[in-house]
This record gives sequence, structure tokens and C-alpha cells, in this order.
Amino acid sequence: MIRGIRNYFTFLSRCARIAFIGDWRYYSWMGALTVFVLLGLNAWCKQFAHGLITTGMSDQVSWGVYISNFTFIVGVAAAAAMLVIPVYIYDNEELHDLVIFGELLAVAAILMCLAFVTVDLGRPDRFWHLIPGIGKFNFPHSMLAWDVIVLNGYLLLNVHICGYLLYSRYSGRKPAKWFYIPFVFVAIVWAVSIHTVTAFLYVGLGGRHFWNSAIVGPRFLASAFTAGPALIILALQVIRRVAAYRITDKALLTLRAIVQVSMLINVFLLLNEVFKEFYGKSKNISSSTYLFFGLEGHHALVPWIWTAVTFNLIAMFLLILPLTRSLRFLNLACVLAIVGIWIEKGMGLVVPGFIPTPLGEIVEYSPSFNETLICLGIWAFGFLAYTIFLRMSVPILQGRLSRQAEDVPLDEVALGTARSPEPLV
Amino acid sequence: MAQTNSNPGSSGANSQSGGVTRRSFLRTSAVALSGIAAIAAALEPLRDINDPITLQRFFQKHYKELTPAEMEKVLARIAAEVEKQYQLRPQIKDYKPMDGVEFVYCLNLTRCIGCRKCVHACVAENNQSRNPEIQYIRVLKMPHGSLNPEEGEHNYKSEMVPEKGFFYMPVACQQCRNSACSKVCPVKATWQEPDGITVIDYDWCIGCRYCEAACPYFARRFNWTKPKIPKERLNPNMSYLGNRPRMQGVMEKCHWCIQRTRAGKFPACHAVCPAGARKFGNILDPNSEVSQILRTKKVFIQLKEETGNNPRFYYYFDV
Repeated sequence: MIRGIRNYFTFLSRCARIAFIGDWRYYSWMGALTVFVLLGLNAWCKQFAHGLITTGMSDQVSWGVYISNFTFIVGVAAAAAMLVIPVYIYDNEELHDLVIFGELLAVAAILMCLAFVTVDLGRPDRFWHLIPGIGKFNFPHSMLAWDVIVLNGYLLLNVHICGYLLYSRYSGRKPAKWFYIPFVFVAIVWAVSIHTVTAFLYVGLGGRHFWNSAIVGPRFLASAFTAGPALIILALQVIRRVAAYRITDKALLTLRAIVQVSMLINVFLLLNEVFKEFYGKSKNISSSTYLFFGLEGHHALVPWIWTAVTFNLIAMFLLILPLTRSLRFLNLACVLAIVGIWIEKGMGLVVPGFIPTPLGEIVEYSPSFNETLICLGIWAFGFLAYTIFLRMSVPILQGRLSRQAEDVPLDEVALGTARSPEPLV
Repeated sequence: MAQTNSNPGSSGANSQSGGVTRRSFLRTSAVALSGIAAIAAALEPLRDINDPITLQRFFQKHYKELTPAEMEKVLARIAAEVEKQYQLRPQIKDYKPMDGVEFVYCLNLTRCIGCRKCVHACVAENNQSRNPEIQYIRVLKMPHGSLNPEEGEHNYKSEMVPEKGFFYMPVACQQCRNSACSKVCPVKATWQEPDGITVIDYDWCIGCRYCEAACPYFARRFNWTKPKIPKERLNPNMSYLGNRPRMQGVMEKCHWCIQRTRAGKFPACHAVCPAGARKFGNILDPNSEVSQILRTKKVFIQLKEETGNNPRFYYYFDV
């Protein structure tokens, strides 16, 4: 028992220490990210001291880039399910060893989500009011209360699955199925729930016609299952290049098929919404009009949304064509899809919901410099977290960082100079 | 900064492979120091916090969980804080709802002349921030023939009111029976009182602004920074759930002048209205003016009825 605990702590400390070791490329990357994290932290401290007046938000547009990014990244987190489903339900061999990278991405994404929500709070010092049992939790009425539960639950599920699988691999033991498989299946349903609940956050507001639409939930899922796996396609190639980890093109093309279908559904649903909004010419289309065409001389979002639509359409056509079996075009399609959906699910969804106000006033929004710095800081924080997770997990999965090789200095493990023992699992 | 991070790791590796060298120790210390300096520099703006968070404030319980004795302490704390900031001893009470009372507001659109006296009386009574400016009442200048607020003008600057061809529609919190704001609040910081007033515990609100997004009437306001009120303008007659000075980062809105109406007076906007357009009273009393209006007027409306919020605020016409 005591030895087990000691072993576990050795594992944790070796993982923690290896995160600080790497070659010059690793240090420059981490150094640059740290600079942005600190700039963001500094900007957040300013906001904390002076209030959210340091942002571009107003009583008219009371949510901005924080909640926009939050919404997009919840989708990225949910997309881990798109790696899990092929492996655990359809026994896909190619993706088997890659699932964990998707789950780790989910962990990093949820950490970013929590950060984005925290910086949006006017009173972050009162966060404990949100803790069930200690604070005063408005469950089940408030969708935000649901979101707190599903996001933190999803974080715990993924931390458990990744942590357990990695520790088993490190210890050279075969993971006990009962101790993680049930959680994997719960996590699949849970992944859908995090994005559905986040959609319901908006859908539930009867006074905002732009959001109060049944198609918002399905559109959230379709776009998440496009942008998320697209991001994973790019991330896997980076891992393959930097860490010399075995990732086959076939695995990437499996993901391509997922992105392809999701993008088609995504664009189809968008079309549905556009038709419903504009064909009938009801009185409730002011927000959509503002978004796509501008309203009474105000059109800050028009170039953005058309960029998003264009990117999504180009990405869709590229994905349909056999052209994207070549990685270069696949990557292009992925980048276009990610940027397009980031605009559409972020600023394109959150901001027009507030314009015009329920009383018909038009006040536009653009983020302040300080607000932008905070966003960049959180993105850098997310990349930093994901890089650290990979720094720990890749040597473990490659069998270089293991209990068996506990005596090998971490420098050699990290830089790959140590001879890897034969993996046991 | 990368170097900072690199060091604990490499020193650990060194110690594993046999002792820390003098050089690596010096390098570690230098890098760790610069790391701490960088973090300290990042945190530096925290010195400007204009409203320090005391333990008493941090651990204060939700309004509904405060015992009378605890409420006394809280009121004393707030009084002391107000006195410190404004050099004025406030009369601060926790006014409770009266039995057998449910308030309702009726506004006569035929009579309202759009003078905005209600807006300013409200600001003076309820200690709203003057800089940045917060107002609870929005008066819309509406063209004849439409009740769609999107047709209205918010920032009209007429020399004389009323103008021909227009009517005026003041909008503030509608004190809904099925209030979207209190439903969405994740921490129950806003709720409906038994007398129908939706209130906010300013000491419990976390400032997520979900209620502001949910409200179909644009009735809620956020304190984007610390509110500023000139000392001589402070209204010293205060209530906990009402007009006591708010803090940075929390929501506020119209509460039908809880400190007046729960003491048997009319709201400030009602008292100041020169046109007699505003009627306020107890709907549970069949002889009250509001009961009579809702019984006898052929047409009265709830704004944005279709959202199902079911306001306690009614607009009617002289017909």
C-alpha cells in the first residue's frame, strides 16, 4: 500500500520534472507561451483591479470575446469523443494509440474554458458561491449551473481516463478494463452533453430570438465535430514530427472522414437557419440581419461572418474532393474550417444575440486591447498545458519513461538518447 | 522564462545523476529569481484594487441564510463602509415585505409626456453611479401606431416634449411573475420577494451577467467599475436589497424603491411624475387604484407578452 503510494508519487514527480526538460526548440516554444501567459495574467490583474470597464463590453452587449472563445473551445473539448467512438465502438486499430491525445486535448480545452469563464466574472473572488454544497447552486433551473457540473465532470472523467492509462503504461501493467472502460463510455455521452448544455445556455433565453432556436444545439455539435477533429489532425502531425511518434496517414484520413461528414452537416444546418430567418421576413430577424448584412449603418460583424462562411464553404469543397487525401490540402481545409467555425461559433453567435438590444437599441462591440491580451494569455495557457501533457505522455507511451527505466536520468529520457526498453503493453 | 522552467527539472536530473554542481546551482537561482520577478511584475496591477476584499465580506452568507443577528452585523459593516467613503452616517435597514401585499405598476401611455423626470428622480433616490452613469428607466420615443420597441428612439434630445406624432414609453424592470433573470442566475443571487419585487443580493452576485442576457426588457445594469456618487448626492435612507451603494462587478436594477414602498410610500418615479401617468399599488387590495385600472380599462398590455415573463408592470391608455 505504502509502496504503491510512493510509486505513484515517483511517477508524478518524474512527470512533473520531465515537463521542464527539452531541446532548444522546446524551450523557445514554452518560453514564448509563458511570456503570453504572463502578459495575459497582467492584463487580468488590471481588469480585476479596475473592473470589466477595461473590456469593450457594455450593458447592451454584455458578453464578448471571453464567452465567444469559451463557446468555441467547449466544442473542441467535446470533439475528443470523435476519436473515442471509432476506437471503442468500432474497434478502429489505427486510432487506438492516439485516443489519449484527443482526451488530453479535451483536458487542456476544459482548463481553457474554465479560465475564460473566470475572467468573464465581475466578482471572481466570489467563485465559491458556485460550488455545490458550499455556495448556493441554482440547480436544476440555471443552465449555467448545469454547465458548471458538466464541464467539471468532463474534466474529471478525462483526467481519470488519461491518468489511469498513462500510469498503467508507466508501471508496465495492463490497465484493468472495469476501471476505465465504463468511464470511457460515460465520457462519450458526457462530451455530447457539454456542448448541448452550452447551447442550451443560449437557447433557453426566450427574450433573445437569435439564440432562441431549436437548431442551435445541433449546429453546435456539428461545428464542434468539425473543428475539433480538424484541430486534432493538425496536432497529431505536429506530434508525429516533433516527437517521432508513430502516427499513420491512415489514422489522419479516418479523421478526415469525420471532419468531412460533420462539415457537410454543419453547412446544411447553417443553410436551414438562414432560410428560416430570411424567407419569412418576420420582425425577429434584426440580429441575423445585423450579422449578415448590417443594420441601420452598423455592420461591424459583416466582414467577419462572410469570411467565416467563405472559409467553411471552401473547406467543405476541399474536404469532399479527393484532393484532401493529400495532407497538404487536408491541412489547408482544416485550418479554414477551424478559423471559420471559430468566427461563426464565437463572435458570430454571441455578439449578434445582443444587437439590437431587446429594446431595439443598436450598440456595437469590439474587444479592447486589454481584453484581447487576456484572450491571448488563455490561448497560450491552453497550448502550454497541452504541450506539457504531451511532454509527459509521449515518452510514457513510447516506453522510455517507465518504472522499469526509473534509474535512467530524465535528461536522457526526455531527449530520447536513452535506449527504450521493449514496451510491455 | 523558459529558462526558469527548465531549471528545477535539470537540477533534479543532475541530482539524480550525482550531485548539484556549483554552476548549475547558480544558474538555477538566477533563473528562479528572474521568474519570480516576472510573476511579481505580472501581478503588480493588483495594488490598484480600489475595494479590498475583507474576510467578513468574503465569507458573508446569502441573504436568505443570514440570521437577524448576523444581518445586524452586516448592516453595521455596510454603514461603517458608507460612512468611511462618504463621511455620512446612513440609515440602513433590511426592509421586509408586508403581509397581504403584492405590488403592481400601471403606466398610462396617453399621459406620459416623455420628460424623463422619472429617470432622474430614480437616480437620485437609488444611489446609482453617476460616473459611469447608470439609469434604471429608459424612455422610448415611439412613433404613433407601434408598440414595437425597435421602432423607438432611445436618445432623443427634444427641446420640448411631447412632440407631435409621438408617444413615450418608459421601460424599467417589469418585476415579472415568471422572471427569466432569477431563473438563469447560477447562484440564486436574484429572486422574487413575496410582495412581487425581484431583488438582488449585491453581496452574493458573482457578476456573470447571465441575467442581463436573459432579461427581455433591457432592465438590468452591471457595475463595470467602482460606482462613483458625489458625497452631497448620496441618499442616506438605504435598504440592504435596495439602494445601498453597490460595488464593482455586480448587477443592479429597479426594485420599485424598496426602501420607500415597503415603508408605505410611492416609488420615486411615481412621486415625481408631473403628468400623473404612473399608478402603483397593491393588487391584492380590490380597492387600490391599480386594481381598479386593471378591472375597468378595456386595453392594457404587458410588454413582450409572447416571452411569457408575465410582468407586474402594465401599460394602458385613456380609452
